[in-house]
Amino acid sequence: MFSGGSNFIKDVDGVFLFILAISLVLLLLITFLMVFFVIKYNRKKNPQPKNISGNIWLEVLWTVIPTVLVLGMFYYGWVGYKKMKDVPSNAMIVKVTAQMWLWEFFYSNGLKTDTLYVPQNKAVKAELSSKDVNHSFYIPAFRIKKDVIPLKDNYLWFIADQVGSYDIACAEYCGLKHSYMYSKVVVMPEDEFNNWFTEASKKIIQKDSSNVNKTFVK
Amino acid sequence: MNDHTMTTVHPEMSFLNIKSKHKGILAWILSTDHKRIGILYLITMLIFFSVGVLFGFLMRLELIAPGKTIVEPQTYNSLFTVHGVVMIFLFIIPGLPAVFGNFFLPILIGAKDVAFPRLNLLSWWLFVTGGILAVISLFLPGGPADTGWTFYVPYSVRTSTNVIIALIAAFVIGFSSILTGLNFVTTIHRLRAPGMSWFKLPLFTWSLYATGWVQVLATPIVGITLLLVIIERWFGVGIFDPSLGGDPILYQHLFWIYSHPAVYIMILPAMGVISEIIPVFARRTIFGYKFIAFSSIAIALFGSLVWAHHMFTVGMSDTAQWIFSLLTFLVAIPSAIKVFNWVATLYKGSIDLEPPMIFALAFIFQFAIGGFTGIMQSSLALNIHIHDTSFVVAHFHYTMFGGTGFGVFAALHYWFPKMFGKMYNRKVAKYAASIMILGFHTLYFPLFVAGYLGMPRRYYDYLPEFHIYHFISTIGSWILIVGLIIMFANLIIALKKGAKAGSNPWGGETLEWKIQSPPALENFETIPQITTGPYDYSKYEVEMEKVK
Repeated sequence: MFSGGSNFIKDVDGVFLFILAISLVLLLLITFLMVFFVIKYNRKKNPQPKNISGNIWLEVLWTVIPTVLVLGMFYYGWVGYKKMKDVPSNAMIVKVTAQMWLWEFFYSNGLKTDTLYVPQNKAVKAELSSKDVNHSFYIPAFRIKKDVIPLKDNYLWFIADQVGSYDIACAEYCGLKHSYMYSKVVVMPEDEFNNWFTEASKKIIQKDSSNVNKTFVK
Repeated sequence: MNDHTMTTVHPEMSFLNIKSKHKGILAWILSTDHKRIGILYLITMLIFFSVGVLFGFLMRLELIAPGKTIVEPQTYNSLFTVHGVVMIFLFIIPGLPAVFGNFFLPILIGAKDVAFPRLNLLSWWLFVTGGILAVISLFLPGGPADTGWTFYVPYSVRTSTNVIIALIAAFVIGFSSILTGLNFVTTIHRLRAPGMSWFKLPLFTWSLYATGWVQVLATPIVGITLLLVIIERWFGVGIFDPSLGGDPILYQHLFWIYSHPAVYIMILPAMGVISEIIPVFARRTIFGYKFIAFSSIAIALFGSLVWAHHMFTVGMSDTAQWIFSLLTFLVAIPSAIKVFNWVATLYKGSIDLEPPMIFALAFIFQFAIGGFTGIMQSSLALNIHIHDTSFVVAHFHYTMFGGTGFGVFAALHYWFPKMFGKMYNRKVAKYAASIMILGFHTLYFPLFVAGYLGMPRRYYDYLPEFHIYHFISTIGSWILIVGLIIMFANLIIALKKGAKAGSNPWGGETLEWKIQSPPALENFETIPQITTGPYDYSKYEVEMEKVK
């Protein structure tokens, strides 16, 4: 369940397990009491009910405890979210363009790819833009997602800490082939990435010189 | 309440058989009797529910294996759109208030009808008109809408499918909802029987009161929003579409300002039904009456201020993010208070597991899971990951189907003998309930797991690693449907051949159990005088003392 690797895994899965644990305890308690009461106070065994119209201290108790719990959960979730917002200043910038139904990635030198290549252990900031309708840039293995909305400057960032190839999905419904709008993010060791980047960029420059008019936008 | 004033020696003609100036079907579709209107709603709602179930069944069948199974992607996209529109606007929203609210609200407060009976009939007509428009949109050239029930701009402005008719349908149905809400709020204020103070109201009435206000205040916003989308499509005015200079985020805000409170329109009456059923079958007074009543109001109030939690990934300001996250967490508290009070009501009761009680207990369990997974999504860091995945789909089906849907079934089994004067086969009903509970969890639980693992929602096709979850889920849909068929068949058979149910088969203490089954045209021969609270079961305590 907790595979994949980015700097946000610990926070997101941490919050999940924290809330899951509390939820399970409460759910088991509620269910146990329901079953226990239904058996113990079954009409055959217990024909005579007792009318108890309430208890102010119990009401206070089960108002205060959930309040404290949800405030804790809120805080934990906020702290994790804040990290997703604060992009390190040295992050490598990749522009991501979404359109029905594909992803394109543009690097700072104009290199354009259909797969997102990133170096391991380095902050990457993805600046998102859409050419048509709403999409959502989602890397489940990194626990990150951001909607891609026309004319809105959305972004997200991450540090991929494990070499490998992970799915990029579109998470906002965008029409006919929404479910096929997948791409990959390939995480490489930094030197390998640098080699790939130099090689790939060379091709661009060759192409560019042979076809001057066809420049890569951005 | 006083029994002796209300038992009629010579039963009057029931509302089902009474003669009116119209004949045949006209005596129904032109009737202003709140009970007949309730039954009209029941029939239309169940027809739409069957359509919604059919579409859901087809979607699940398509998803049983990766790749194409039975339909093309375009058809699948229309299926989930129409499934959502039908289930939300034509089943869950009207399900409890319009059917059981109409039938029982006046009886529960000791009135002869709602405050505006003709407006009530108009509401049903609007509802049917909207429903027919929605059905027409399926068959016109262009094809059924494929936008999802949320109609997000810009896609909904650009698709060539019949979005406008679907929007007009939703708009018309919205008016039906507003008028029903208005009618109920007025009825509760003006038509309570002498002596029925606010804290002697049955809790179903309290929940309808809270719901009514949300219907009146929130529905106009979505009405206007849908009109704006129509204007944008017809005249090219830039309101929401960025290519025309509009703002798509504004659309989402306006849409959810209604549609989030709408989920409380859906769940609150179900909570009210559960609050009615539990004391009857536990044969004791409800625990914490005022806390349950006020928590309905608190849910309606807080629930109206949390809409943007549907938008945590659109790129709102940090301030908006934390405010909406915090408020969403807080709305969990009144819900928790209700659950704890229901469980406490079982304590030292004298519990009889009749079918309505089984549905009610299943409601509590399923709604609790829906609630806890809702709390998970309120958490900002976690929301980012599970937003728009099948985790969300599982969550809202746990609340809307496992909660409200089961609430409707609980209400149906609880009030069926009163509405029709017949009793269904209770053993079969229990089997049906058990099969449905099994099917329900098999259908929806795997979607939590798949969602956390990164299965996005509204997907026609999926990666092979999600196959197992979809496969189990589809099997679950079959089990659930078998349960549904048994349940409805059992009720339909009971309509024809069911044994006569007395006026009070469950031993309930609220007013509807003091009049004949089925009730007479104007419910009460004489308007009752109310002297005690709605759940006074002290006589069982006393009687048993005497026996000892």
